[in-house]
Amino acid sequence: MITFYIFIFLPFLFAFLVPFLYKYLNRQVHTGWFVLFVPLSIFIYLVEYIPAVASGATFEYTLSWIPSFGIDITSYMDGLSLLFGLLITGVGSLVIIYSIYYMSKVREALHNFYIYLLMFMGAMLGLVFSDHLLVLYGFWELTSVSSFLLIAYWYERKGSRQGALKALLITVLGGFGMLAGFIMLIMMGDTFSIREIIANMDAIQGHALFIPALLCILLGAFTKSAQFPFGIWLPDAMEAPTPVSSYLHSATMVKAGIYLVARMTPIFGGSAVWFWLVAGIGLVTLLYGSLTALRQTDLKALLAYSTISQLGLIMSLLGIGSLAVYFGPGETGTVFTVATFAAVFHLFNHSTFKGSLFMVVGIIDHETGRRDIRYLGGLMQVMPITFTIALIGGFSMAGLPPFNGFLSKEMFFAAVNDVSHAGIFGLNKIGMLFPIIAWVASIFTFVYCMIFIFKTFGGAYRPERLTREVHEAPLGMLISPIILGLLVILIFFFPNVLGEYILIPALTAILPGMPISGHDVKISAWHGLNTELIMTIGVVVIGLLLFRTARRWIQVMRNYPQGLTLNHFYNQGLSGMEKRSASLTDRYMTGSLRHYLIYIFSFFVLLLMSSLLLLHGIQIDFSNNAAISIYEVGLVIAMIIAAFTVLLASNRILAIVSLSVLGYMVSMFFVIFRAPDLALTQMVVETVTTVLFLLCFYHLPKMTKKIERIPFKLTNLVISVAVGLTVTLLALSANGHKLFEPITSFFENAYELAGAKNIVNAILVDFRGFDTMLEISVLTIAGLGVYILVHQRVKRRGQREIK
Amino acid sequence: MIFEIILTIALCLLMLAIMANVYRVIKGPSSADRVQALDSIGINLIASIAIFSVLLHTHAFFDLILLIGILSFIGTVAFARFIERGVVIERKQ
Repeated sequence: MITFYIFIFLPFLFAFLVPFLYKYLNRQVHTGWFVLFVPLSIFIYLVEYIPAVASGATFEYTLSWIPSFGIDITSYMDGLSLLFGLLITGVGSLVIIYSIYYMSKVREALHNFYIYLLMFMGAMLGLVFSDHLLVLYGFWELTSVSSFLLIAYWYERKGSRQGALKALLITVLGGFGMLAGFIMLIMMGDTFSIREIIANMDAIQGHALFIPALLCILLGAFTKSAQFPFGIWLPDAMEAPTPVSSYLHSATMVKAGIYLVARMTPIFGGSAVWFWLVAGIGLVTLLYGSLTALRQTDLKALLAYSTISQLGLIMSLLGIGSLAVYFGPGETGTVFTVATFAAVFHLFNHSTFKGSLFMVVGIIDHETGRRDIRYLGGLMQVMPITFTIALIGGFSMAGLPPFNGFLSKEMFFAAVNDVSHAGIFGLNKIGMLFPIIAWVASIFTFVYCMIFIFKTFGGAYRPERLTREVHEAPLGMLISPIILGLLVILIFFFPNVLGEYILIPALTAILPGMPISGHDVKISAWHGLNTELIMTIGVVVIGLLLFRTARRWIQVMRNYPQGLTLNHFYNQGLSGMEKRSASLTDRYMTGSLRHYLIYIFSFFVLLLMSSLLLLHGIQIDFSNNAAISIYEVGLVIAMIIAAFTVLLASNRILAIVSLSVLGYMVSMFFVIFRAPDLALTQMVVETVTTVLFLLCFYHLPKMTKKIERIPFKLTNLVISVAVGLTVTLLALSANGHKLFEPITSFFENAYELAGAKNIVNAILVDFRGFDTMLEISVLTIAGLGVYILVHQRVKRRGQREIK
Repeated sequence: MIFEIILTIALCLLMLAIMANVYRVIKGPSSADRVQALDSIGINLIASIAIFSVLLHTHAFFDLILLIGILSFIGTVAFARFIERGVVIERKQ
């Protein structure tokens, strides 16, 4: 168990070493050579699991993390996670070899690059091996963050920063959606473990949260896997260094969403919503990606859109495959099991050929200084090896024999043909659309693959358009694409080896409970002249025609109005949101204290009044009140007059004097209500305050010292009357309702308890001396504050400190 | 009993006097009038508190009477200085 965790967390652990290796050894050895050891050793470790997993065994490991909340790093290895694990570490090793030759030892900050890459690798491994939903989410976000860091690796470029920001915004939006979905799933299944949720599916099926959870989780999967319409971040992520594009944005990270959909198929598969969303959006993405790829002139952008399109293909196959859960074991179910198999198969194939294609683009970029097909051409003679690899990868992507893309594309056609007459979920009406869309999209795929290969390598060689002296790439840079290209061919000739050892265990993991025999999913390159083959021949014929005439219509495609692209809507939405929120904030955050006081008081009145009225809180009871004597009435009248004088005073001296009259009256009230200490204090404080007011009055600036009364404003009047009314009502209602006896009787024993005859003072310094202490601190702070304000004036420009 | 009624009447009369002073405070017309009225309110308050203490049979408020005497004096002097010189406390030259 501990070996497993050491290997899974090895990237994180090794990331700590990278800066030291870079700092002390980079002069001699490229840091990448040290890093290469990490994925390679994990790959070898995972390979050892293949025989066991192929024979149906699964492995489970638990590392305690937060046991009191039931959060453990539970790892589960079955066919699906092993497939992803092998892809991540295998492609990861190749990408690191490639990056050693691609990234300059002298010019680049390699330690940053490899730390981010290792972080990503560790996160991805953690993601695919997690059985715990929340831990899975944690690793999921870590892949978003490390991808963000990698896209913005050349952070001094504007495009990199924008691309990184866009990728982060979209994938994290999906990630949050997914978290919500996971939490709903946890609530429904009452467990964190994916396998336990699958095990008791009955509790979940009819649950009210089933559909919301499904939608939220799909949002996460679609944003990560660049499905329509969330795919727009992927082309912008091409600002990253090419090894990163090759690794993250073709082989691994974008497949995290695919992994999630595959993982969740046993739970949600079989429902109509899931089928239509996954298969439908997948098909739309397939068509959208292939159409948009045609318009691109930048090779990396073309590959990015082709990645989107291929991911759509895999997604739609997973959607079709989810019908197997609906039909269950049986003949019909088995037909759709093959669709899922095709999905897994194409997933693997796509990683191989797309990885190599990105590396080819990187080589072209590196050797010619150009990535735009309008400047490239005729590289066939100059770079024969690169051309061969591009040819293999491109033909495989187009779905031609003898490359592995052909096999999975045939299986894809078979799946869409099968689904067109499945006869459920309304498929009998519009099921025919599936093969048509798939076929049309495949034609476009074929065309852009041809464009990719022949516009770059075919035609005339024009060195004057290129910025560098062109020659074949160094061998080290070619190692990884050659290995991937060889895999592409090998898989075509020996597909069943891969199928038996890796793909069928993965299939068993996606569709548990389906009897899968090797016979059902046997891949064969030739199975007679059937519909699928005719479709492929049609693709090639029409595709060639379109490619021949490309010059005439491709300009029409490129002139597609910029205003109708998804990117345009995204940018508009983002800037619109910023503008809206800025104008909203400007509207209510006016900077005027009067406005803020209006908000505060209105809410005060609104909350208290509505709760008083709604809860029938206004109950005024005068029965326990003391009698009112005549001099009290006189005092109150005098106070009211003084208060109104403050409001209506025509000059400030009058207001100050009236205020001190008011204060003296209050102290008189303290006398009447038998509070000598209060009366004393009130008297002194009132006098001091008046003096302070006079001080302020004297220092008013001459220019604006207009002598005028407070201007009348209706809003102020309404709000102040409402506040007064509210407080009065509240006080009167509270007065009539004493729920329990006051604790005064305790303090009356002040003499026995504290040796004091004065209760008030005993309370202040003995019973509740703590408050007094803090009030003393308040006074100290106020005194110090005033002192600092007066003495420590900040010097203004050109003005000397005034002592 | 009669004694208490007399005291209450006295209190009420003092209240009336305070009200009259408040009127003077408001009406003005000059600041000096207002300060005078304020001083007078202080003295009336002293008287009211004294009568009130008799009425309540307590000597808890005697401190207050003294205090008002002092404060009313200080307050009036402060106001007077303010009206005359514009400042209450002058800086050392």
